Amino acid sequence: MPQVGIAGETIDVNEEGYLTNSEEWTPDVAREIAKVEGIELTDKHWDVLEYLREQHAEGAKLTIRRVGKSDVVDSVKEFYDLFPDGPLKKASKIAGIPKPASCV
Amino acid sequence: MNHLLILGAGTAGTMMANKLRAKLDEAEWEMTIVDKEKAHYYQPGFLFIPFGIYDPERVTRPKADYLPDGVRTLWAEVEKVTPEERTVRLADGRELSYDLLIIATGVTPDPEETPGLHGALWYEDAFDFYTYEGATRLADKLDTWKGGRLVINMSEPTIKCPVAPLEFAFLADTYFTEKGMRDDVEIVFTTPHEGAFTKPIASKALSSLMEKKGIEVVPDFYLMEVDEDEKVLRTYDGKEEPFDLLVSIPTNKGADYVAESDMGDVEDLNFIPTDNHTLQAEHYDDIFVIGDTTNVPTSKAGSVAHFEAEILEENVLSYINGEPLTASFDGHANCFIETGFGKATLIDFNYDTQPLPGKFPIPGLGPMSLLKETRLNHYGKLAFEWVYWHMLLQGRHIPVPTHMSMMGKVPEEEADPELVAA
Repeated sequence: MPQVGIAGETIDVNEEGYLTNSEEWTPDVAREIAKVEGIELTDKHWDVLEYLREQHAEGAKLTIRRVGKSDVVDSVKEFYDLFPDGPLKKASKIAGIPKPASCV
Repeated sequence: MNHLLILGAGTAGTMMANKLRAKLDEAEWEMTIVDKEKAHYYQPGFLFIPFGIYDPERVTRPKADYLPDGVRTLWAEVEKVTPEERTVRLADGRELSYDLLIIATGVTPDPEETPGLHGALWYEDAFDFYTYEGATRLADKLDTWKGGRLVINMSEPTIKCPVAPLEFAFLADTYFTEKGMRDDVEIVFTTPHEGAFTKPIASKALSSLMEKKGIEVVPDFYLMEVDEDEKVLRTYDGKEEPFDLLVSIPTNKGADYVAESDMGDVEDLNFIPTDNHTLQAEHYDDIFVIGDTTNVPTSKAGSVAHFEAEILEENVLSYINGEPLTASFDGHANCFIETGFGKATLIDFNYDTQPLPGKFPIPGLGPMSLLKETRLNHYGKLAFEWVYWHMLLQGRHIPVPTHMSMMGKVPEEEADPELVAA
């Protein structure tokens, strides 16, 4: 299992860079992953990350549409604007949760 | 007298009516089934209509012929379910009460969900093939089409029969080749998924098959709108795909009454939150959900409804007898995938195990090949039509195990996706 040094900590990640233990996540870790992804985190980004972490903890099946229909963002378009090029994959990586797997 | 009410007389509802009428005492349980449409469509056959392989008449039969005696049938649209009162209101004003409700109203493609899709181009240069009308109109279109850029697009990741868009691409390749015009047609497969299919090994195998057949796969393509003037598909992140002919798989939605009854999930697609294993509705003990209209994380497909029906029969009987619901659905799906030129491949998987290569042992039918193109798989797909009408709908036993089995499968760590596509 690969490990990376993020925000002064040693973090376990998988081959695609997703945290394998969401307990190792901290806001500093999020900021550093976001930086690598070219995203400066605003309050709106943090709302989305918090929502994803909550939903993941509840065992929800996450989709772009689900986030778009939530109250956290106004629309799917806004989710894309916040996290361009694959918003759910990117936001999940920054939120320290596993890459959402399609279930169909 | 108790009342068991089934909403929907499609594949799942018809199976449940047949299974439960045979098990429940008519002196204790009366049964009613409600559906708004009198025709039963053999939906797997829709795939073959655009290419002239099936005549449209072939896929249509009266629903009434497949429902058992002793079940009252009402031809009406459902308007609202009120679980707190155990009542269902129909659009014609009738009100039904129930002691036990089974919901099997499926999903329908809704092209109006995507701006520009259901407009001037609809049934001119943009078609679906998951409906009787769409499939037949597309057959006429393909018959006279002179070629150009054919784009296949899925509006949303969750659709019924997730392999049918791939099959359409493969059969289009065959169709245009046999017509001697393959060089005049560019086939492009756009998908919101990461690859040709959702599960990694099958996705790799199917992607390399697409490549071999000269079909371009465009992944992570999440459609925002159809630009009718430019004839371009546009995604939320500004990607564009121009088309001459669009074969669309529109957003799949459950029935409108689900939203009206406030029973849908947060995605606003009218899928009903359902226990993944017992198939009981998440918020209501006396409601069970089966088939495409559930939100369980597996394919929406007739084979899934069939495996669910075996589980649901047991659990409904347990519920009626006041016993714990011990039968557990594992997400089992089993799909033949037409790959063109008289061959097909086969996948078999569940919630936990992705499609793997190997052999698929069916007692009496012999070994089929998993994730491998063979003629036998193609004949299996064709033979299924008879099984569907004569065994499956009646709720008869079919020699395929309800729970997925690892028998004959190559374990995940040993599977080589490069080899299985060949």
